Formats: sequence, C-alpha cells, structure tokens
Amino acid sequence: MNAPLEGYNFAYLDEATKRMLRRTILKAVAIPGHQIPFGAREMPLPYGWGTGGIQVTAAILGPADTLKVIDQGADDTTNAISIRRFFTRVAGVATTERTAEATIIQTRHRIPEAPLRENQVLVYQVPQPEPLSKLEPRRAETKRLHALADYGLMHVRLYEDIARLGHIAKAYDYPVMVGGRYLMSPSPIPAFDNPKMHRMAALQLFGAGREKRIYAIPPYTDVRSLDFEDHPFRPIRAPQDCALCGSRESYLDEVITDDRGGRLFVCSDTDYCGERVAARGAAAC
Amino acid sequence: MLTAEGLTLHFGVIPALVDVAIEVAEGEVVAIVGESGSGKTTLLRVLSGLMAPDAGSVRWLGADVHAMGEAARRRLMRTDWGFVHQNPRDGLRLNVSAGGNVGERLMAVGARHYGNIRAQAIEWLARVEVDATRIDDLPRTFSGGMQQRLQIARTLVTNPRLVFMDEPTGGLDVSVQARLLDLIRTLSRELGLSVLIVTHDIAAARLLADRILVMRRGRVVEQGLTDRVLDDPQHPYTQLLVSSVLAA
Repeated sequence: MNAPLEGYNFAYLDEATKRMLRRTILKAVAIPGHQIPFGAREMPLPYGWGTGGIQVTAAILGPADTLKVIDQGADDTTNAISIRRFFTRVAGVATTERTAEATIIQTRHRIPEAPLRENQVLVYQVPQPEPLSKLEPRRAETKRLHALADYGLMHVRLYEDIARLGHIAKAYDYPVMVGGRYLMSPSPIPAFDNPKMHRMAALQLFGAGREKRIYAIPPYTDVRSLDFEDHPFRPIRAPQDCALCGSRESYLDEVITDDRGGRLFVCSDTDYCGERVAARGAAAC
Repeated sequence: MLTAEGLTLHFGVIPALVDVAIEVAEGEVVAIVGESGSGKTTLLRVLSGLMAPDAGSVRWLGADVHAMGEAARRRLMRTDWGFVHQNPRDGLRLNVSAGGNVGERLMAVGARHYGNIRAQAIEWLARVEVDATRIDDLPRTFSGGMQQRLQIARTLVTNPRLVFMDEPTGGLDVSVQARLLDLIRTLSRELGLSVLIVTHDIAAARLLADRILVMRRGRVVEQGLTDRVLDDPQHPYTQLLVSSVLAA
C-alpha cells in the first residue's frame, strides 16, 4: 500500500543507533527488571507520546514483522494510529489490529487480553522507569537501593495506604518484583494487568525515552506484585459486563454518553471486544 | 562487642580524631562528653561506619566495620545497630505516619504481615509513651519530645544490640529531657542494650552512663567509670568541665 519513504534508513533510526539499542536490550534481557541507560535519540514525536517505545520497536523491527500498536488497549486512538503509520512509512512493514497476527506489539498502558505467544514481543512505552521515584527523588540513592535490594521503602508506601484507606490504593503502575531480585515499574498499566506479566511466554521490553532507560522481562520470568501476607494483591476491575461483547473478564473503560449521568462500560482492548462481537454475530447467523 | 583502635581522622589540617581507642561491652552504656568541636560526633560517625577514618580500625564482634561491603554495613545498621539523631527530622520520615516510621525497619528486614507490623508499632508507641491513637498521624504534627521518642521507638523496634545516640536530648526543654533520659535508661536496662551516647550534658551522662570518655581536640583525655570521672576528675580539662556544671 504505502511505499517506504525515500531518504530514510529502514525503521527511521540509523544502523549505529539501532546497534546501540540492541546492545542495551540484550543487557536488559540478561538482567531482568534492571534499568539500563541508553542514548535516547530525538524522535519525530514529543516526549510522553512513546519516544522510548518507538526506539525499542525500531531497533527490533525487521521487514517480515507484523506490527500492532495500542494505546490504552485501543487500536484506533491518535497515538496508536500515528505510530503505526510512522512505521508503515519508514519501514514498510505490515500492520495489524489483531493481537494474534502481530509479531511485535507496542503498547501504551495496557497488556492485550488474549494470551501472548513465544514468537511475539511486547514493547511498553514508559514515562517513569524508576519505581522508587516518588519515595526517593535522588537518582544516585535509588540506584544504591536497587544495588542493595533495599526495598523496605516501597512497602512503607503500601503500609501507608492500608493504614489510611484500609486497602492498597495503587490501581496502576503497581510495583512488581522481577525474578525475585529487582523492583520494577510495570509502566502505568492497570494493576489488573499485572498477573499477565507473570511467566508470560512473550518477551517484554520497556522503553523510557525521556528518562533514557530500557529494561526487560525475558519469557517465563517470575513477576510478583508487592503485597502483604494479610493484604494480598488484588487485581481491580469495574464490576460490570462489557456493553458491547458482554465480557466479564476483560478490563473495562467507562464511557460517558451524555450530560445526564449516562455511562457505558466497554472493553478497553478493542481487538478482543471486536473479535468477541464478530464471533457472536457468526454464531447468530 | 564494639572495639576501636588508633582512630585518626583529619579534616584538612584540623585533627578531628587523634589515636582514639574505645570499647563498648554488652549491655554497657558509654557516654562521650566534651565541648563543641571536640570530635564527639565525628567519632560517632566513624564508629557507626558513616565515615571512614584515615587510620585505625573499628570492629564489631571481630569483623572490621570499614572493610565490610556497603550491603553488609547497611544490614548491620538496620538489624544489630541503631542510630538516634540529634534532630528527629533527620531520623524520621516526616511524610510517613508514625506507624509507618516504626514499621519501616521491620519491613526493611523482611516483615510482610501488615497486622503484625501494626501490632508491633502500637506496642512500641506505648513503650515510648506516645498515645496509640496517633499511630496514623504524621510526625510533623508531633511535639519535639514526641518526635524524639518516636525516633527511639523506630530504632529499637528491630531489637538492636547497640544504639548510637547523638545528643538525643539536645534542643528539648528540661522537663522533657528528664522524661526522655528516664525512658532511655529504662529501655536500655530492660533490653540489655549497649548504648554509645554523645552528649555535652554532664548531668545526662551521670544519669545514664556506666562509663565516660572525655574528649578534647580530637583526643580522649580521660576515661573511666562515670562516678570516678565525675567525682574525682584527674585531667585539668575534666576538672574544668565538671566544675562548670550549674547546680540547680
């Protein structure tokens, strides 16, 4: 459909940059959950729109890959469409909205509902890679805390939530321990998605462009959400069914439909919802 | 338990410590007294591993404190040792509730049961005479004396064996000081704690300490049993120090 743009290297970045990124990614995979610094480049989109994720995707993308991009679970939002179009133009790769057909899925703030496979890679866009940043503002100090696996501070934060509110109030960007060693920010995905990271078959890569860090979870790695023995981790989900496909398992978005308090709950993962609706339509025929 | 020998440290040309030796035995309360700038706090920082000496060694149960890795030293700092700062704002997290402050050390050493952490926090608040209903209040709403008692609770909750105290009664009014001293004495006796306390308050030293070290210009000029040193000072500087105390 679109021929790749003339005058750009495949997937926009020059080969030396991609090499640097791949070295960083290899190192990140070798030390699960550990943040590796890298020389983030200027990308043709603003910080906060996925400059980290787009660089990771550019580094691992090959001509045979099929790319899917989601933003909050949806394939049809501005961020998802513009990144997908970007890679169509600079790399000429095939794109898809189907989770099952994609080999690389770049995501902002969600993990697809359908289980991922071994031959897929999930690339996260990360605004703040440091899970301790709100508790300890000094980078040098958080580095030391990671080196010494000194994570009591994070539990103090959870303790405070229970003491004040009766439950752990963090509903997104819920901190996890990767491989029993590193405390990691899963990027602002809902806590609902945290269990999907545990022993996932697909490789998970995290890119933070502004903060210039890459980290990774190799396939089948243990990922545990922090909690207390008597206040175990609970994934939170709106207690409704999806208004379109009727799902009771998927993560829901609340959509305001009018100014009189009308509201609708629909799946945040548009592909999952669409496929369920299509399957139901086919069954009804 | 804690043994130090030949500690020497210079800040540029200023000698902060000159060939200082000190020993703290199990269950013993040792006071370091001296005027401002005599090297008391520096000695405490070197002994607790916060600062490295130019020469000399500090040993804890035979292991060289400055030779062990930072991870081991930090573990020591939150298990066997405790540090009570002069200013409670240095030792507390002011944006974390009182209960969270007490629980932090427990969680740092691996406690993961909210109910138990909470129960221990309540127990310790009671021991340091802080009202248990204030467990979820922020320390910044506490008075100075309460903050200092909270800092002590936070330090003692993991049952350390040796506690370093840097002028724990500094900046408190006299009646609050008296209560705090009484508390420290009771707790150290009950728990069999070793305490190394830095103070310029001779009266506090007499009340708490088994032994006293008198420091001047980075040197230990006199040391011995508290009553001996204070009632029969040998060194001219100690004599001056003891005679300077106002009788109420």
